[in-house]
Amino acid sequence: MKLRPLVTLVLTALLAQAGLAAEPSSAPERITLASTTSVDNSGLFAAILPTFTKESGITVHVLAQGTGQALATAARDDADLVLVHDPEAEERFIADGHGIERAQIAWNDFVVVGPRSDPAHIAGGHDAIEGFSAIAAAVAPFVSRGDKSGTDALEKRLWRAAGIDPAAQGGGKWYRDIGGGMGAALNAAAAMDAYTVSDRGTWLSFKNKAPLAVLIEGDPRLINRYDVILLNPAKHPVPKQAAARRFAQWLVSREGQAAIGAYQVDGDQLFHPSAAAPK
Amino acid sequence: MSDLWQAFSTGPFVQIVVLSLMVSFSATTVAAVVGLPCGAALAIWRFPGRRLLTLLANAFLGLPPVVVGLALYLLLSRSGPLGALALLFTPGAMVLAQTVLATPIITALVHRAVEEPWQEYGGALRVDGAGRLRSIPILLAIARRPVLTAVLAGFGRTISEVGAVLIVGGNIAGYTRTMTTAIALETSKGDLVLALGLGFILIGISIAVSAGAFVLGGEKR
Repeated sequence: MKLRPLVTLVLTALLAQAGLAAEPSSAPERITLASTTSVDNSGLFAAILPTFTKESGITVHVLAQGTGQALATAARDDADLVLVHDPEAEERFIADGHGIERAQIAWNDFVVVGPRSDPAHIAGGHDAIEGFSAIAAAVAPFVSRGDKSGTDALEKRLWRAAGIDPAAQGGGKWYRDIGGGMGAALNAAAAMDAYTVSDRGTWLSFKNKAPLAVLIEGDPRLINRYDVILLNPAKHPVPKQAAARRFAQWLVSREGQAAIGAYQVDGDQLFHPSAAAPK
Repeated sequence: MSDLWQAFSTGPFVQIVVLSLMVSFSATTVAAVVGLPCGAALAIWRFPGRRLLTLLANAFLGLPPVVVGLALYLLLSRSGPLGALALLFTPGAMVLAQTVLATPIITALVHRAVEEPWQEYGGALRVDGAGRLRSIPILLAIARRPVLTAVLAGFGRTISEVGAVLIVGGNIAGYTRTMTTAIALETSKGDLVLALGLGFILIGISIAVSAGAFVLGGEKR
């Protein structure tokens, strides 16, 4: 078979390449950041990371995961720091000894979005709890992330505050737990003319809004705080602690804060630097 | 459409395509190096456990990528048994996952491809003094078209797979983002046109690879 030498040659070359690909590139330092999806999918990191890398020589690999998954990834030692937005889960993470030194780096807000037809008549409201009660009363379709993300945790808190157990009242009917990311939830809500809660960053940069619009905003309960948390070196002896700390410090530095505040999508500012944060 | 063009003509896109091809070619190659002799051995030798292995190879044709990804994630995690390798969230982990998925496919299909020629020519080969081991390359050459299809089926699995590479690769921009994870990401960002465009490019690449393999394999006109 005259092909065999050629095939052997190709195979050898490919195997060599696979070996190279598997080898961690040690020259420039690199850290892994487990981050909530909204910060990455909105394009913020793509906009600000090159500045940090240029200045520090540190490459940041971003894993875009929901807050729950990001914290779990870090707890397993598979990330060097986290950037998340669920205050309650963050406190548990720190209380469990995984994290130290939490710092708020940015904030924006959540919005309740829904179909323009608005069967629950909540448009223009500024009270999320009232809105949720109206949605439940109208048995209007509502999409829940159901993925233990920061947004999912906020949504569950709002239902609790409204005194409603949506899974018991409408699970499988109007309350639709899709078990997916923010984008998947918005796609599902667009397709089903359903209500859902989104962080403002993902909403503004989302491109398949179709029949959806922001219906409730401006409730103080809808404030969305993004925190960076370093791992506890006692529990996570990660060799990249110094680089991770440097990145966390850069995010809260004047330069980092200016970069975060300068990021816009179609003229809208997605993240407000935490210096101007409502506490 | 200008968005599409912009997305496809930029560096990151080329990098994504190159990474997809490198990971899939590497995984298919390793799977073929393992699967070709194993598949042939299943057809040629009679040994205890042969039927069980055949059954497993066939059952694993439908190995769920998400489960493979999760199992490898737990193995490769820094707090897992193979954590010291520091493979998690690297292209190497993706090659490993896809190799696990493609090997049973190539093994099972090669087994079937070689069975018949072995029955037909096995006697003659032994008369000519070729041992069973020496017969393997000869049989693979005789059955090269179905064997090529087996390897292409393995490649098809690897290039189209998203569940496992997403878990063990992490879809890190510029490092472990492949065609399929990029499509999943763009879908989640609601950019359905870009996602579909990427999908068509992926299909185009699969067609090109098959065509290339046919030319190499001397497919009859």
